[in-house]
Amino acid sequence: MKKLLTLLVAAIMAVACCLGLTACGKKGISKDELKVGLICLHDETSTYDKNFIDAFKAACANKGIKEDNIYIRTNIAEGAACYDNAADLVDLGCQLIFADSFGHEPYMIQAAKEFKDVQFCHATGVKAHTEKLDNYHNAFASIYEGRYLAGYAAGLKLNTMTDKAVDNNFKVGYVGAFPYAEVKSGYTSWFLGLRAALADGYTATMDVTFTNSWYDFEAEGTAANTLISCGCVLISQHADSMGAPNACEAAGVPNVSYNGSTASACPNTFIVSSRINWVPYYEYCIDQMVGGDAIATDYTGTLGSTIYTGSVCLTELGDAAAEGTAAKLEEVATALKNGSIKVFDCAKFTKDGAAVDTYLADVDDDGTYQGETQVIKTENGIKFFSESEYRSAPYFDIDIDGITIF
Amino acid sequence: MTNEKTIREPLFHISKRAPLSKGQVALIYLSAVVIALILSGFVCTLLFGANPFAALVGIFEGNFGTDSRIWWLLRDASLLLLVSLALAPAFRMKFWNLGGNGQIIMGALACYACMHYAYGQIPNVIMYILMITTSVGVGILWAIIPAVFKAKWNTNETLFTLMMNYIAMGLVNYATSKWSLQQTGKLEPINGAKLPEIGNKYILIILIAVAVTVFMFFYLKKSKHGFEVALVGESVNTARYVGINVKKTVIRTVLLSGAICGIVGLLFCGVVDGNVYEDTPQNMGFTAIMAVWFAQCNPLIMIISSFGIIFLSRGINHYQKNVLKLTNSAVSDMIVGFVYFIILCCEFFVVYKLQTRRNKRNFGFKDISEQIAGKGDGKPTAVEKEERNEGGNK
Repeated sequence: MKKLLTLLVAAIMAVACCLGLTACGKKGISKDELKVGLICLHDETSTYDKNFIDAFKAACANKGIKEDNIYIRTNIAEGAACYDNAADLVDLGCQLIFADSFGHEPYMIQAAKEFKDVQFCHATGVKAHTEKLDNYHNAFASIYEGRYLAGYAAGLKLNTMTDKAVDNNFKVGYVGAFPYAEVKSGYTSWFLGLRAALADGYTATMDVTFTNSWYDFEAEGTAANTLISCGCVLISQHADSMGAPNACEAAGVPNVSYNGSTASACPNTFIVSSRINWVPYYEYCIDQMVGGDAIATDYTGTLGSTIYTGSVCLTELGDAAAEGTAAKLEEVATALKNGSIKVFDCAKFTKDGAAVDTYLADVDDDGTYQGETQVIKTENGIKFFSESEYRSAPYFDIDIDGITIF
Repeated sequence: MTNEKTIREPLFHISKRAPLSKGQVALIYLSAVVIALILSGFVCTLLFGANPFAALVGIFEGNFGTDSRIWWLLRDASLLLLVSLALAPAFRMKFWNLGGNGQIIMGALACYACMHYAYGQIPNVIMYILMITTSVGVGILWAIIPAVFKAKWNTNETLFTLMMNYIAMGLVNYATSKWSLQQTGKLEPINGAKLPEIGNKYILIILIAVAVTVFMFFYLKKSKHGFEVALVGESVNTARYVGINVKKTVIRTVLLSGAICGIVGLLFCGVVDGNVYEDTPQNMGFTAIMAVWFAQCNPLIMIISSFGIIFLSRGINHYQKNVLKLTNSAVSDMIVGFVYFIILCCEFFVVYKLQTRRNKRNFGFKDISEQIAGKGDGKPTAVEKEERNEGGNK
């Protein structure tokens, strides 16, 4: 009898143990205990970092993360300081740590390798899919679609400025930061959107200049003025200062902005701005942590139900936007979402006079800087360059015809 | 009818103090630090309604809260100490080297260049030697150019060294665009090529700082070179009269300055970051000026001042981010500035003393006017006696 009882107890314990183990296999962290950290390159006085900080705070509030469990580290240089802060956040008990700047990536990876129980998420990075760490993830958004829409709004504006066309051709300008894939993808999608919106019989060409800095008020302003003096009738930019928008406002040249509205500073020339809204990503990561699920290695945010929501979104239109722009943009956004329009449709651009049928992009950052991934594919009968599919960060770096780089 | 003019005494009267003992000076500075910290605590209370003593606790937590934080404190203090040691001999000579940042960047850039081209190509030991020699060499080069101009043509070294900083930053950006093949504007850290660790990542830096401190102490206090440096700083003409080759002394001393900055660049790139960028020196080239100033060029006191500066900035940073949860650094910058301001102000009290009207009534103008009028008994008061004795000591 005693033996039987012992056996019974042992059996019960074994079953309980097994149940416990299966429960352990998927163990979330309750939202009361979840501690999250964000590492920023600058503080909230930079529009780039403010975009992340605001989204982070909003996502934490929406998901009910306690105020005490939210850590934001600002002005963290892209050096060992990033690793130090990540390690310090781990010491404080954070289970989920984000960083917002491209140059933070190697130091986040260093921390991820050391602290295996903590999840590290890095926005704009390129290495998660090749590093293959369980706790290191990249995120970006299909911002080329947002750029396309912003370009479309610019094209609609040009249709109202036909007096500015020379031989039915509009010359537009673009101030870029670095000749890097993210910037090239940005201005090319913007230009393609612009061209798609032009009325029949009109064409456009674009001059691009690089400032070789992500934030240089003087250089961006000078670049915009140079472009204007070269005959550009509309300007856009991919750099973080107000240099180019201010120069455009002074010269009365319409401007399409990036990463936030410049309507208050440039009321007469601001058309629209596209930006990445990080709230959906942060909410997604928190949900995964609470649910005990893995975070995607590469997360690409998409357009939302309207052009003002979603990971990729537009700001409110400025007074300089053409009439009927909002409705038209919703139409185009719907087409982008259902796949009937592709931004990098191979029929819509050429390189050196020929269509691009095949292209190996440098998706894997293995140090060779050689393209290795075929990124041209066909869907719904459209042959297109599939951006942000093989990794979240952009890799479109083709210099297409119609764009002149200074 | 009286001809008497009413003598209006100011409420406060400033007079020069007799030299204070070291202990008294230390006490003044220490009380300045304490007052500054308490006041900044109250500023936080005013602005954010925070508990004033929480700021003090926060500052200590930010430095000693975890093992890592203690190491970071030691690492950063050692680096700042090294930069201060680099600047001290030049400052003692009244050669205002504002080019610390540039010399550090150039050292780091030279180190990165070696890592970039040599890593994996040649044996690591040879690469380490290359890293060390080129960093020191380029640091020297960056310092010696303004020194030669100063010695030969008496150009203004303040502006010259300052401008060299911008050239160094420009060179880093140029190198970045050349070596970053994807044109991202960032270089990749080369962690594999970092100098070998002794014990852990930070001990090497601490050891070098200790060694250089000992060297600099003896160099400045005990060596003939140190004496020459001090003499050139006091009076170039006297130095020349005594037979010191002033040009040689200037160049030699600034060379030493540049070499140590080069070492700091090496440590930043080859030990800490594995990388180089515009902000590599973390502005230590300028922060160190304050450390040197507080310590009056004394290498041993610089240990305290460097440590104190890093302690304060790390601590306030921690308090601002983790306790107040502010995402704007303006507040911590303001408090740090506030503390430094009070400490610098207290230098005034080391040299001068404030006397109130009440304090002076016994021996001030009135007494003197009475004496002139022959009304006084002519005997000096106790305080006057004291003042005369002090005067005798001077």
